[in-house]
Amino acid sequence: MSEITVITGTRKGIGRELSEYYLGKGHVVVGCSRGLASIEHENYKHYELDVADEPAVVQMIRDVRRRYSRIDNLLNNAGIASMNHILTTPYKTVQSIFFTNFLGTFLFVRETAKVMTMQKYGRIVNFATVASPLRLEGEAIYAASKAAIVNFTEIAAREFAEFGITVNAIGPTPVPTDLIRNVPKEKMDTLLNRQAIRRFGGITDISHVVDFFIDKNSGFITGQVIYLGGVHY
Amino acid sequence: MKDKIIGIIIQSLNSLNEEWNNPSLEHIDVNTRIYGSGGNVDSLGLVTLITDLEERLTSDFLRDIVLADEKAMSQQNSPFRSVESLSNYIEHLIQSETRNV
Repeated sequence: MSEITVITGTRKGIGRELSEYYLGKGHVVVGCSRGLASIEHENYKHYELDVADEPAVVQMIRDVRRRYSRIDNLLNNAGIASMNHILTTPYKTVQSIFFTNFLGTFLFVRETAKVMTMQKYGRIVNFATVASPLRLEGEAIYAASKAAIVNFTEIAAREFAEFGITVNAIGPTPVPTDLIRNVPKEKMDTLLNRQAIRRFGGITDISHVVDFFIDKNSGFITGQVIYLGGVHY
Repeated sequence: MKDKIIGIIIQSLNSLNEEWNNPSLEHIDVNTRIYGSGGNVDSLGLVTLITDLEERLTSDFLRDIVLADEKAMSQQNSPFRSVESLSNYIEHLIQSETRNV
């Protein structure tokens, strides 16, 4: 039986690549984004929504349950970033980043965990960032929204442990995607130099950690955050 | 509508009690205590009950109902304390949602 894997933010970047990777491994992938699907595959189902829109997320996950009867994995990838000094950061930008990054993660965890609770099994992987432990100037809001996800992950791991659900997070280094397109090269070099391994991350670096977290044998691994590139708190 | 909601809550508690085997939940009626002081369900049980109930309510009333409503969670008297209080709360949720459509 195919694993049912929900991935948020699948229209481009890491979300799209992870979708293609897990489709290639025989999963049924259920994705979502604010735009139309960019993936065409018989085992891919797309929902067009904003991850912070509560009724839309509730409806999506209930529809997934009706269609597939279960959800094995949730990869909470959807995220947005905005590089700015605090003094020049608009309030609306902060709201928007927290809505997508944190509230979106919260909503998907809450709704999929309802399905996973009933089946007494589930693997949830949230997306953190190395920007939080590295305390990067210019990324205060993005890093704070992701730091909230780390704490949320650690507590969710405890709340859902009784139900066979593990909740972990991966903290990727910068990966060449749209998210960092507008970051000046000099800024990016400074960032990479603070990693133990000084290079961009790739999709294989990320999928390898996700594979580990969602493995059926990883039932004793929860509340953990793995940062790539040798970054740590 | 109220009787239908009470029926769904009792069905859900009965079904979950097949696993819990709690003797106090063998004869459930509107006065049965659920959660909190004198309650028959612990916090883990409450999580399972909420999940199961949302699923049943969604399929019976053909609308997406989320029991973790802001107003309910800020009420001094939790709606989850008894079958009666829970049914009142769910009825209110459904009615207010109907008005908002």
